[in-house]
Amino acid sequence: MHSFLLNAVPVVVVGLLVAAVLRARREPLWAEAFRRLRRNRVAMVALCVIGIYGLIGFMDSIGWQRDDARVTVIDWLFQRPRERTYSAPLATMTTGEPRPHKLLGRHLLGTDGVGDDVLYLTLKGVRTGLIVGGFTSLIVTPLALLFGMLAGYFGRRVDDVVQYIYTVLDSIPGILLLIALMMVLGRGLVQLCVALGVTSWVGLCRLMRGETLKHRDREYVRAARALGVGHARILARHILPNLLPVLIIQVTLGFSGLVLAEAILSYLQLGVEAGVGSWGNMIDAARMELAREPIIWWNLVSASTALFILVLAFNLFGDALRDAIDPRLRSS
Amino acid sequence: MEEPLLQVEELRTYLRSPSGLARAVDGVSFSIARGETLGLVGESGCGKSMTALSIMQLVPEPAGYIASGKILFKGSDLLDRTWEEMREVRGREIGMIFQEPMTSLNPVFTIGNQLVESMVVHGMPSPKARRRAVELLKRVELDEPEKLMRQYPHELSGGMRQRVMIAMALANEPDLLIADEPTTALDVTVQAQILSLIRNLQADTGMSVLLITHDLGIVAEMADHVAVMYAGQIVEYAAVTELFASPCHPYTRGLFQSLPARVRRGQDLATLEGTVPEAEAWPPACRFEPRCPYRWATCATKPPRYLAVDGRRVRCHLYDPQVADRPAHGAAAEEADR
Amino acid sequence: MLRYVVRRVLYAVPILLGVSIVTFVLFYATSSPEQMARRNLSAKNPTKEQIQEWLHVHGYDKPLAVQFRKHMTELFLFRFGKSDTTGESIGARMRAGMGPSLAVASLAFIAALLTDITFALVLAYFRGTYVDLWGTFQCVLLMSITALVYIMGGQFVLGKVLKYFPLAGYQSGLHAWKFVLMPAIIGVVSGFGSSVRFYRTVMLEEMNQDYVRTARAKGVSESAILFKHVLKNASIPILTSVVLSIPFLLTGSLLLESFFGIPGLGSLTVDAINGQDFAVVRAMVFLGTALYIIGAILTDISYALVDPRVRLE
Repeated sequence: MHSFLLNAVPVVVVGLLVAAVLRARREPLWAEAFRRLRRNRVAMVALCVIGIYGLIGFMDSIGWQRDDARVTVIDWLFQRPRERTYSAPLATMTTGEPRPHKLLGRHLLGTDGVGDDVLYLTLKGVRTGLIVGGFTSLIVTPLALLFGMLAGYFGRRVDDVVQYIYTVLDSIPGILLLIALMMVLGRGLVQLCVALGVTSWVGLCRLMRGETLKHRDREYVRAARALGVGHARILARHILPNLLPVLIIQVTLGFSGLVLAEAILSYLQLGVEAGVGSWGNMIDAARMELAREPIIWWNLVSASTALFILVLAFNLFGDALRDAIDPRLRSS
Repeated sequence: MEEPLLQVEELRTYLRSPSGLARAVDGVSFSIARGETLGLVGESGCGKSMTALSIMQLVPEPAGYIASGKILFKGSDLLDRTWEEMREVRGREIGMIFQEPMTSLNPVFTIGNQLVESMVVHGMPSPKARRRAVELLKRVELDEPEKLMRQYPHELSGGMRQRVMIAMALANEPDLLIADEPTTALDVTVQAQILSLIRNLQADTGMSVLLITHDLGIVAEMADHVAVMYAGQIVEYAAVTELFASPCHPYTRGLFQSLPARVRRGQDLATLEGTVPEAEAWPPACRFEPRCPYRWATCATKPPRYLAVDGRRVRCHLYDPQVADRPAHGAAAEEADR
Repeated sequence: MLRYVVRRVLYAVPILLGVSIVTFVLFYATSSPEQMARRNLSAKNPTKEQIQEWLHVHGYDKPLAVQFRKHMTELFLFRFGKSDTTGESIGARMRAGMGPSLAVASLAFIAALLTDITFALVLAYFRGTYVDLWGTFQCVLLMSITALVYIMGGQFVLGKVLKYFPLAGYQSGLHAWKFVLMPAIIGVVSGFGSSVRFYRTVMLEEMNQDYVRTARAKGVSESAILFKHVLKNASIPILTSVVLSIPFLLTGSLLLESFFGIPGLGSLTVDAINGQDFAVVRAMVFLGTALYIIGAILTDISYALVDPRVRLE
């Protein structure tokens, strides 16, 4: 059930996104933004990179049963025979052993301490990274929207309660709260997403509250109230669409922060379980290797580069998205 | 006749934008004599503010740039000056005040600090500048100037802030004051006070004023000459009494006709049809043609010349003796008076 | 001003109350005490008596309500009790750790502030030119690299390859600087990208304001505009993030301290994580919260000092 959720969710999310994008293109506001975005070459490259990562993650979500274990498309394509220990990229013999042994197969990026192919491990980490970013965002967004809109729109008591809740949560330093949550919930991908969700919804909620306040007193909202339109309808049809641009920008830019957080938490051994593919786990395992002779660098470089490229792509795309949606928010 | 203080010749200022090149100021020429007030009138988007900014060379970069033309100030071309030389001119020989007194002052520095700065950057020693600042505040009719020196912009009303702006602009006794819609953001009663202040100061110092506005009433009160701008060009230029007595260009006529005061009770208000075109795509020939009630075939194919007619200048085929097929001038004049 | 501070401190009490409730729910109510006991007892299969004994010593065997009262009073009196793993006084351990944390963190903080603002000013001065565009892109690149890589790479290059600094460790007193310099440098470098970008954005926003146009029209030079007009206005938002982080100089960076063997509060926390020491983590959470609230109050005060429009009431 667990793994079904984790595999179904990315597919559903991507489907929803694509549908939303296609629908939005007809709206003049968004069509203009799309045009500006398409003209930005850096953004398009970043989007392609994200797409490639998405494809890898997708391929790692589709699998079937073989013997006792579940095998995914990535496993099928990239899994290599396990060696005894380390080996350098494209080498034929193991490294770091007093007597090097011949390798069983070819490893494009070498093998790690227990002999697993580094390229394979790196690719397995993609899905984890994307789920951490995507699933957490999926948790955070409705929560932040709901509370932010309620607080901003109704004000007074509701606002006080919501503000109290998020001031309390916000007062606990993020890292410490994350650590505390993970210690209590235990390691695991879903637990990590929940913990990250709890710590990051506050920032988005505050933003949504601020935006709601801005739009609540606009003339068209007052006109709608005067015409007797109910609160729910006003929130859904007049306020929510105005929140979407800021929301989308924030979520995109926040994605990279979430992926980076996973790496750090996994390094602290508070992230995903040891067996699941994760760049944080790889970096943690590689930590001691820089001191050995000969220096084992390929697993660390591979994981950090994969992480870097994904984070960079989201940062660049997020910036371009912000410039395209609201040029007034431009930084230059 | 004496050489004019400011003479602008064929000024062109363009703005690069994602949707194309906006020719904000497209061949503007005018001159201002010493002690004279020129009113630059037009709707928003016609390029009047950009003209003012071009004179000061404060066109927003990197999108905007001055493409060609001459700006002769006291005989020499300002466009030949280096950045440092222009800095000498700004605030000392030419002063400028802007539309929004709310945001035009730095909120974190005192009035005194900002006023003194106007003088110190041009070489006046601080103590002298401070004394003169107090004098200037008195001159712009502000009470308790010493107290004001220590206050911050947010503690002042809009009218008071605009007076401070005027004080800053006049601190170094410039020869020319450029006022870009100085009263648009103010209450009507305050407007009148500010305008009379500018008039008095002008009488005292003998400076020239370039007054940019969309309000014909202000022009009537303040200006000696008027230049009407449309779509990046000047379409009519005349002495103020003559312009108000008989406007020639169809656009000017439209502006006068749409003044509510001119309409008799019960009649519909007259309006100008259509809207101002986009600066990236001015109509190819006469730019007012799509909205002009007097237009005919030539207007859409041939750009009108900017000609001297009866002591004024007009950019319209109706007044061009060389244009062959224009309708009888009389008929058009009768149309206008109805 | 004093009235304002007092009021803010009083307002902090319900917040701290809320935080304590949250931490209590988190630690006491969600995981069973037996599990905690098992984790902390070294014997492989602890007997029932051993578990009971451990629970009793650490106070986990009382009913929840009693534990809650004890928890709240202790926290508010800043009596953090004893560590679950080592049994030593947490308070003493924390006091000992503050010094090293402060040494590394404050060095990094000051150096980072100076370098980041300088570079941001440079980029703002050259805005729109290739210097600016290239610089901003570099910042995005730099901030996309995880801190882990900065730390590991920095330790490797500066410590192992170039042998400028000792790899890890700490000595209090005069020799501390040797051990503090490398983590501080790496701390500055890892935060450089995002800080410079943020400061630059703030400065450019100010440069687009009307008062800058007025200053130019008065004949003020570009550098005076930047250093006088823009800097003072830009410092207001910059101050938020800067002053807010000052109290956290005490808690130190978790990663930096654990990598470089600095015996500060950060590595105390990391050890507590590894040892499943709930008592220490609880104490750190409470301390962190108190520091955050202090930071928030300090930030508001600094606003009032810099921005004449703000009036504390």
